Amino acid sequence: MSSAAPWTVQSVRAALEGRKISARELTTEFYARIENRNPGLNAFLTLCPKRAYAQADRLDATIARKETLPRLAGVPMGIKDVISTRGVRTTCGSRILENYIPPYDACAVERLERTGAILLGKTNCDEFAMGSSNENSAYGPVRNPIAPDRVPGGSSGGSAAAVAAGLAVAALGTDTGGSIRQPGALCGIPAMMPSYGRVSRYGLIAFASSLDRIGPFTNSVRDTAAVLAVIAGRDPNDSTSAAAPVPDYMAEIEKPVKDLRIGIPREYFAGGMDPAVRNKVETGIQLLKTLGCQLVELHMPHTDYAISTYYIIATAEASSNLARYDGVRYGLRVPGATLIDMYKKTRGRGFGAEVKRRIMLGTYALSAGYYDAYYLKAQKVRALIARDFREAFTRVDAIITPTSPVPAFRLGERTADPLQMYLADIYTVTGSLAGVPGISVPCGKTPEGLPVGLQILAPLFAEARVLQLAYSFEKAGGYAV
Amino acid sequence: MKISREDVTRVAELAHLELAEAEVESLQRELDSILTYMEKLGQLDTSKVEPLAQVLFEVPAEGQPSQEITLREDVPAACAVAGEMLAGAPDPSPPYFRVPKVIDR
Repeated sequence: MSSAAPWTVQSVRAALEGRKISARELTTEFYARIENRNPGLNAFLTLCPKRAYAQADRLDATIARKETLPRLAGVPMGIKDVISTRGVRTTCGSRILENYIPPYDACAVERLERTGAILLGKTNCDEFAMGSSNENSAYGPVRNPIAPDRVPGGSSGGSAAAVAAGLAVAALGTDTGGSIRQPGALCGIPAMMPSYGRVSRYGLIAFASSLDRIGPFTNSVRDTAAVLAVIAGRDPNDSTSAAAPVPDYMAEIEKPVKDLRIGIPREYFAGGMDPAVRNKVETGIQLLKTLGCQLVELHMPHTDYAISTYYIIATAEASSNLARYDGVRYGLRVPGATLIDMYKKTRGRGFGAEVKRRIMLGTYALSAGYYDAYYLKAQKVRALIARDFREAFTRVDAIITPTSPVPAFRLGERTADPLQMYLADIYTVTGSLAGVPGISVPCGKTPEGLPVGLQILAPLFAEARVLQLAYSFEKAGGYAV
Repeated sequence: MKISREDVTRVAELAHLELAEAEVESLQRELDSILTYMEKLGQLDTSKVEPLAQVLFEVPAEGQPSQEITLREDVPAACAVAGEMLAGAPDPSPPYFRVPKVIDR
């Protein structure tokens, strides 16, 4: 990899406008990087050079005509393979959709391309976005570019690895219980989950509809703001996309953070955290204090119930959403003597172990006799967890926690016990259940050189404040605390 | 054990999942451990709590307007992708998807 500073939205634009490089040359440069490094990383599953070069040529024509370039002009991007791309294979990391080609673009993809982004291809992920290590992909695990014997995190591991390795300037991921923030932390780059409803889910292949969100991976917080500004906002094709106005994030991030009240929930600093992670996160919090933030200790009493609540709600919704993979309309079909037999064989052969486990758990939680004890109970505890956040945000402007209790772990180290893997999502599932926005920003490295992530959470639709804090933290040297 | 072998096969039947013998065994063990962990939700008294299905039904956030779900007008529109969808189907017979025989007579 080149030792030069990574490309950014701003530097790509400046290079294009200054005729230092054409959009076509830039695209060629990124495909060369992918060709060089992807065999080792497995971050990209499918490339779409035809589409990328067509977009590059349109931009080069715009430049030749001396017209104004769109906001994300020439930015080479990866798109997580659970997000639909018209005419480009979209597998969800699953055998059951190995040859599925969507007939339409997701809203976020359409907006990015309309704003000048160049889509390089589709990034690897845990099957149907279910996992915290990217080891559940049917197409093999992604390796962490910082430490190739370790996982990049999941489920958006390919998007995180692609950006961290310089194979894309930005990427889209999805976050249901931490799948953007945790791989961002493990790969050492900013990674943002917007509020529920902030970015349209139209074209996002559903895992858990009340939790799923699309958000960006980038190399800088300024770029996070630039990408979010394009994909955020109401879309008539998603009834849950919010009509709330989208602020000018690029202007908002410049605001000073002095006197902002930062909540530190004590439940997040109890046992179970790697000491090196704790050390870095505590140092990061002190850095925010030196920027003039006021630290407030918080009590969020239902935190300890979040993993159970999340894994009941997410699996229940998944069991319903994934019922559509039955061999009839798309994807794999395994022949059977009867219709039901065909369903069972198709699903039995097409889904991997983790997806089957979650379908089983969700089906159990929704089945007659267990619905009240599991699903309804979890929805009630979800209300309590959301209330913890609402009450906290009457006292503080933002909440700071670690993103992951551990840095990147070794491939295969945690696959034997699914429950242990679920427990690693402890700091991210709470914000998912509450619907609030959050970012993971790099916050130093462990003595072994593994990145640590600091999570910043804010009230519903207060993305600007999340970005503002993250940007100030980044500028103050937070990435190297 | 919270989960019996019969529970696993019953739920697999509901979920239309064909499982190999080894999968039934491992799922029984894993689901049992996960559901046992989840029992901790029983410690909370939720008798006076309304369930939360989706956060946008919550009270508006600080300084924000109400986030009512707004539905668009239900206007019929031509489906421009039917041909492409059928072309990607495992066994298309335009304008239908073909499946194994459902009714015997």
